[in-house]
Amino acid sequence: MAHLQGQAVKQITEIVERYKNERTPLMMILSDIQKEYGYIPLEVQELVSDLTGIPVSEIYGVVTFYSFFSLTPKGKYVVGVCLGTACYVKGSQLILDKFSELLKIKPGETSEDGLFTLDVLRCVGACAIAPAVSINGKVYPQVQVSQVQGIIDEYRAKENK
Amino acid sequence: MAKIKTSDELIKKSNDCSSCLDAKFKGLKGKRAIVVCGGTGCLSSDSSSILKRFQELIKKNGMEDKVTANIVGCFGFCSQGPFVKIFPEETLYTKVKVADADEIFEKDIMGGEIVDRLLFVDPQTHEKASKQHEINFYKLQKRDVALRGNAEINPEDIEEAIGSGAFLALNKALHMSRQDVITEVLNSGLRGRGGAGFPTGRKWQFAYDVQSDEKYVVCNGDEGDPGAFMDRSIIEGNPINVIEGMMIEGYAIGAQNGYFYIRAEYPVAVDRLKNAIKQCEELGLLGDHILGTDFSFRCHIRLGAGAFVCGEETALLNSIEGQRGMPRPRPPFPAVKGLWDKPSVINNVETLANVPYILREGADAYAKIGTEKSKGTKVFALGGKVNNVGLVEVPMGTTLRQLIYDIGGGIPNGKKFKAIQTGGPSGGCLTEKDLDTPIDYDNLIAAGSMMGSGGAIVMDEDNCMVDVAKFYMTFICDESCGKCSPCRIGTKRCLEILEKITEGKGTMKDLDELKTLANVIKSNSLCGLGQTAPNPILSTMKSFYDEYVAHIVDKKCPAHVCKSLMQYKILPEKCAGCGLCARNCPAGAINKTDKVPAGKPETFPLRVHEIDPDKCVKCGLCQANCKFGAIIKD
Repeated sequence: MAHLQGQAVKQITEIVERYKNERTPLMMILSDIQKEYGYIPLEVQELVSDLTGIPVSEIYGVVTFYSFFSLTPKGKYVVGVCLGTACYVKGSQLILDKFSELLKIKPGETSEDGLFTLDVLRCVGACAIAPAVSINGKVYPQVQVSQVQGIIDEYRAKENK
Repeated sequence: MAKIKTSDELIKKSNDCSSCLDAKFKGLKGKRAIVVCGGTGCLSSDSSSILKRFQELIKKNGMEDKVTANIVGCFGFCSQGPFVKIFPEETLYTKVKVADADEIFEKDIMGGEIVDRLLFVDPQTHEKASKQHEINFYKLQKRDVALRGNAEINPEDIEEAIGSGAFLALNKALHMSRQDVITEVLNSGLRGRGGAGFPTGRKWQFAYDVQSDEKYVVCNGDEGDPGAFMDRSIIEGNPINVIEGMMIEGYAIGAQNGYFYIRAEYPVAVDRLKNAIKQCEELGLLGDHILGTDFSFRCHIRLGAGAFVCGEETALLNSIEGQRGMPRPRPPFPAVKGLWDKPSVINNVETLANVPYILREGADAYAKIGTEKSKGTKVFALGGKVNNVGLVEVPMGTTLRQLIYDIGGGIPNGKKFKAIQTGGPSGGCLTEKDLDTPIDYDNLIAAGSMMGSGGAIVMDEDNCMVDVAKFYMTFICDESCGKCSPCRIGTKRCLEILEKITEGKGTMKDLDELKTLANVIKSNSLCGLGQTAPNPILSTMKSFYDEYVAHIVDKKCPAHVCKSLMQYKILPEKCAGCGLCARNCPAGAINKTDKVPAGKPETFPLRVHEIDPDKCVKCGLCQANCKFGAIIKD
């Protein structure tokens, strides 16, 4: 816990306080922390354990069970390629492979410059515009393999400005 | 807003709000209304900016008392979105862009003239349709049960919901005995819409019969089936309807608290539900002594965190309890020992959305819709290789052919229909011979699939069925919680065999092994996820056995999907020698030959190209870029 800044401790305490009247609030607490910081490292789990009395082993079990929670920080741009069935039958695996090839990372990994994380999504409910790619919430409809380089360049250009 | 404390006050409020809605939709006092689709597909095509532009235009022209503009739920016809509908004429505009808002406002709202170019054009007859009911996609549908109010009322305004009849069913229920409410639901024949189709009334009866100081109702909105978005659209389009269904259930079984468990991937649904709960509380429709009775009820929201298995009801309960989402052995069933060990009933979103209709219109009226053993309607998320992709609500008993061809508009690009996958990772593939089967729970199971939650993915001749089975197995391997070994280890071994087959390394013995393994997983897994996980394999092996054999014996993928078993080829007679393919090839696998393109003299500067199969990475960029159709998959 020594690594955590005072500010972070304060904020996490505040998040835990938010749900003090709820029964079994662990999932809600972790969701808020994930949203706020983008990941839930061990130090934070220890703090949540201290504040709630839930053993850290149990918290770690929960964090590692759900795909929404992450132990490591995500890239600045989280590229989510939908591999829901509707997208898959329209070739989204090829889109994912292309992102993987161009960014030189496997799904779930973050690029060395910390700019991109490549994620597999399981249906964003945008089946009408399959195959869909979502980058930080912005949805790209009907993506073609040939567009992938352009999409990456769009974000790289933003950084180089 | 003043609290609604009694039945009479509710009825008065309902009449007042109904008049307001009438004025809005029927154009009384010269009113006009603009509604913009707020479904997921349309929002990603920027429909919120279209709405914003309309609101600006109304303000700019000082027309706030005459014209309103608001967002509504999903129109369902997602491939034609974003939609804008104008009342009272009910003119429906399709594929609207932000830039079109000014023209619609100027011509239609100000000038009373229809913007012809934004009307729907039927791809077959080329006729234009200015109204929703004239479009084939909507003709066979019945969108007023589970999707009631969707694409009509403002999902963020409780008064519009009340004006359209919300809470009248609850009011009726509160004047009935709890047992009578359950009997009504039993008589309606409503079965669980989450997939298995268990009679809803019976579930309620179990929980009612258990004595306990505390009971819970839980709404399962963990819609994890990839390719399904029914529950999401129902909540986004009319959250009050689902809340009302939950309250009726709570009254019936004797619960005071209801929990919504919703996927974190659905932020819009969560926001609208939160807002609806807040508005209900402000009006006193949630809280203590609802409508002056002894019934008290509160709603809570819990978010999922990306685990498919949490759609299984006991895993979902564990997740609400802040644990890993692993299923519990049954018995005890949740109706006896559920959330926090108290009797609980878990119902799917769509199931609850059916409940107000049953109470309002009566069990008999509801039971008239559908087939003998499956009553009511079913919402499907129709997707994949079909022209009209979208959200569809049809009476049970509609045939697959009607769903795919009449509503779905058939297969795009003149391709041949191959299969329709229903029931997601738990379901199976249905083929040509099943097309005239009326859709209901029992027929789909008899045909080797299942209803599931309502994903319906159409596949054409370009889809490889072994690859589809592999796709679902990959999904299941990722999502298996690991608690029981048949599911944890068995699905992994199945996936390995499928990978071997798609790489051309499979043997016929593998097929026997795959089948044995699949049946072992089916009969030995702890929960529904594992018990149904092998279904995509078994159903594709049954209907497309030849395709498996082609992969193993001929080392060919008939649909040219499996990369190890296909290659790209340039047809020399079609190649014009432009070299666009070579310039786009990331692997440098395309070379010039010394042949001139067909019909050109020897002096022609360009040469036919060919692909070096050893270097080719099979990305398909060459084919995508070729303007002469000279590159094929073989």
